[in-house]
Amino acid sequence: MILTQIAFYLFATVLVLSAAMVVSARNPVHAVLFLILGFFNAAGLFLIAGAEFLAMILVIVYVGAVAVLFLFVVMMLDVNFTQLREGVQRYAPVGAAIGVVLLAELVFTVARWQVVPHPAPIAAGNGLPPGITNTEALGRLIYTDYVFLFQACGLVLMVAMIGAIVLTLRERPSAKRQDVSKQHARMPADTMEMMSLSLGAGTTGNHALAAGRDGFLRPHDGYGAVADEGGPGVRAPEDHEADHHHGA
Amino acid sequence: MHTLLTDYFPILVFIVIAAGVSGAMLGGSLLAGWQKPYPEKVSAYECGFEAFDDARRRFDVRFYLVSILFIIFDLEVAFLFPWAISLGHIGMFGFLSMLAFLGVLTVGFVYEWCKGALDWE
Repeated sequence: MILTQIAFYLFATVLVLSAAMVVSARNPVHAVLFLILGFFNAAGLFLIAGAEFLAMILVIVYVGAVAVLFLFVVMMLDVNFTQLREGVQRYAPVGAAIGVVLLAELVFTVARWQVVPHPAPIAAGNGLPPGITNTEALGRLIYTDYVFLFQACGLVLMVAMIGAIVLTLRERPSAKRQDVSKQHARMPADTMEMMSLSLGAGTTGNHALAAGRDGFLRPHDGYGAVADEGGPGVRAPEDHEADHHHGA
Repeated sequence: MHTLLTDYFPILVFIVIAAGVSGAMLGGSLLAGWQKPYPEKVSAYECGFEAFDDARRRFDVRFYLVSILFIIFDLEVAFLFPWAISLGHIGMFGFLSMLAFLGVLTVGFVYEWCKGALDWE
C-alpha cells in the first residue's frame, strides 16, 4: 500500500511538472513532448484509481494519435518565435486580466472545498460485483443504457471525418493517380496492334502506323494512369518533358 | 482492486529501470564527458557552407489529414474492446447498437474513399 502511495506521488509530481513545462517551454515541439510525458503520468494515475480501461485508452488514443496530431500541427503552423515574442508586450494586459479572472474562479472554488474528515475507502471495487473488470463494466453500460450517447459519438466521429476531408483535401491536377477501374477497362486493342510483317521487311516508324500500313507495338504512355486519347502514334518527346516539369 | 495494481507492478519496475538506465547514460555523459562548447562548435554544420535557412519547414497539410483519419478509426476501435468483452451480457440490442455505430462510420469511410482522401498521390 505504501508502494501505491509512492507511485501516486511520483506520477502526480511528474504530471504537474511536465504540465508546467508544456506552457513554459520555448520550443513548441518540446512542449508537445512534455505533453506526452504528462499523458503517460495521467495514465498511471488512472491506473492507481482503478480505471484500467481509461488508462489504456489514454495511452493508445492520446499518446499514440493525438500527440502525433499536435506534432503535425506544430510543425505545420510555421511559427516564427522571434515574431511571436514581439507581441508579448502588447498583449500582456489582456492576458493578465484573463489570468486574474481564472485565478479568482480557482480561489472561489477551492475556498468552498470541504475536506471529508473520514473518507470511505473506494478501494472496495467501486461498487462492481466481484470478478467484473473495469472494461466489462463499461461495456455493459455503454451499448445498452447509453445507446443514444453512443450513437451520437458515432455521428460526431463521422462529422469530424468529413470535416477534415472537406477542409484539407485539395485536388492536385498535376498528380497522377491510379485508377483501378480504368486499368481494368483497358483492352489490348487500345494500346497495341499486332501486325504480320512480311519476311525481311521492317517498319518505318510511327508515321507508317499513322498511315495504317505496316505496324509494330505502339509504345505505352503509362499503364492506365492516363487515359489514352486514341490518337495514332506516340506523343512527341516534348510532351513528356512538359509533363515532367508540370509534375515537379 | 489490489490484485489489479499488483498485476501492474512489473510495469512499474520496468519504468523505474528504464528511467534509471537512461538517466545514468545521460548523466554519465554529462559528468564524465569533456565539454567545451563554443559558438562555432554548436552551430549547424552544412558541408562547408553556411546554412541556407531554418531546418523547421512547413509540413504539408496531407500529414494532418492522415493523422486525423487515424485518430477517428483509433477511437472506433477503442469502442470495440468493451463491446467484445461484454457481448455475452448485453444481448442482441447491444450487438445491433454497435452495428449501427459501425454503419455510421462506414458511411464516412466510403465518403473518404470516394473522395480520394486515402490516396497519397
